[in-house]
Amino acid sequence: MAKAALMEGSNADLAARDLLKSLLSSGKVRGVMTLVETGPAGEVNYELVADVAALENATPLYPLMPANAGGLLSRLTVLEGFEEPVAAFLRPCELRAFVELGKLHQVNAENILLISATCGGVYPLRASLNGGLADGLPAYWEAVANGEAAEGLRPTCSACEHFVPFGADLVLAAVGSGGAGRLAVVARTPRGDEALEGLEGAAGEAEVETAGVKSLREKRGAARAELFETEPLPAPGLEGLVAFFGRCVGCRSCRSVCPICCCEICYFDAAATEPTPRTFDVHLKRKEGTRVPPDTLLFHLGRLTHMSASCVGCGMCADACPVYVPVATLFAKVGAETQALFEYVPGKDPEEEVPLQRFEEEELAEVGEERFGS
Amino acid sequence: MSEEFRPDILGIFCRWCSYSAADLAGVSRMKMPPTTKVVRVMCSSRADPVFALGALLIGADGVLVAGCAPGDCHYKTGNYQTRRRYALVEKIFDTLGLDNRRLKLVWIPASEGAKVKRVVTAMTESLQEAGPNPTRAEMFI
Ligand code: SF4
Ligand code: SF4
Ligand code: FES
Repeated sequence: MAKAALMEGSNADLAARDLLKSLLSSGKVRGVMTLVETGPAGEVNYELVADVAALENATPLYPLMPANAGGLLSRLTVLEGFEEPVAAFLRPCELRAFVELGKLHQVNAENILLISATCGGVYPLRASLNGGLADGLPAYWEAVANGEAAEGLRPTCSACEHFVPFGADLVLAAVGSGGAGRLAVVARTPRGDEALEGLEGAAGEAEVETAGVKSLREKRGAARAELFETEPLPAPGLEGLVAFFGRCVGCRSCRSVCPICCCEICYFDAAATEPTPRTFDVHLKRKEGTRVPPDTLLFHLGRLTHMSASCVGCGMCADACPVYVPVATLFAKVGAETQALFEYVPGKDPEEEVPLQRFEEEELAEVGEERFGS
Repeated sequence: MSEEFRPDILGIFCRWCSYSAADLAGVSRMKMPPTTKVVRVMCSSRADPVFALGALLIGADGVLVAGCAPGDCHYKTGNYQTRRRYALVEKIFDTLGLDNRRLKLVWIPASEGAKVKRVVTAMTESLQEAGPNPTRAEMFI
């Protein structure tokens, strides 16, 4: 059991909003980064809010992710940290992205109170078109409170096993809370303890690992195995990849919304990779014809080699794809393999370097050996 | 595969060990299949797997990356980084069902011209078995 505040809100989102309000009004933080409802039909966006009244529309756990907030928080702080304390409400995968970005030197983390929650998942952004999400919200909150898996989530959410955040200062025990009036905010760090000190809400003790968390974890595990088997992932081999990316229009939205892809200039935007007449010349000496512009697969395979070891499976890429290529499922599946190779869980331990920035002298002995033939 | 198929292999060799070894093999007039065109880089760690992927996707039948043996990198640790990267690409190839015979990393010490010959011959043979890279016949790449 850890120190906790018990919130009154009738669902986790309202409890989260109350928490942010009391943190701001008590002066413990000077600002709050959270999702805010910006339109009548479930339009939500991240905002940095300094005024309690403006938190009226805050909806920290609204089940949509318009951007990976870990990436946003990195962009806010990459040049300089906050001078005064700011609370940031991040979902577990957003927090993991934030931690990965810290390892990639894209973050100044001082003065941030990190708040997260056990997460019921988010819906694809397109599910909210024309207010399409509003009717389903009560059922969603009920599922979360009972540790059930909500239907129709982002595929990578329905298969996410890391819905209990690593290392936040405060964690709202949303999953398996049992419902109204029993939502606990658990302090995980001294900073979290301090933040709870003297806040409204009966001081008490609670746990993040509820029975609901355990049962949801099992369901997610099963869903994960199934997703990797059944989602229309590429059939093995080149043909499968060609078919999978056949619709790709080359917009690179998948990369621009990816929190991990933080390079100022991506290799694939560098002048050296811009196709010139000579590019086509080279291709056509070897092949009967080539795609215009070329290098669709190079872009995706290249991104997999550069970042899959840090992919947090947030699902932003698939949601942003205008032609519905299930990029996130592919990246999550390949990422699971490359991460397992290095026994690495992205975003778990801020002290552990990303796999491609470190090495052991004694490892992977077979790589580099003479291993030819099939 | 017929004897006639002569695979087209891109070699990416580090300047200090592997390229010197290839030089030595040449000076010693060792006979090996004329399949491998070598690009010299300062260290195997310069060979971003993306370069290898790029070559494979436009129809190279194989890419052979060579560096100094672990512990011998001129820049001390470059080849340990290379090893991690190529282990990762190998895993990606496995996961996607791509042909791992087409992308190889080997260590070739400067004094081992004979290893250059052995490795080029072995890769040539294994690619003869694998056949031409299907990327040659695929327009959408
Ligand atoms: S590749 Fe996709 S799922 Fe993975 S971190 Fe980037 S946006 Fe999220
Ligand atoms: S978002 Fe979709 S269409 Fe755009 S580059 Fe990525 S996979 Fe291709
Ligand atoms: S210099 Fe040869 S591998 Fe680094």
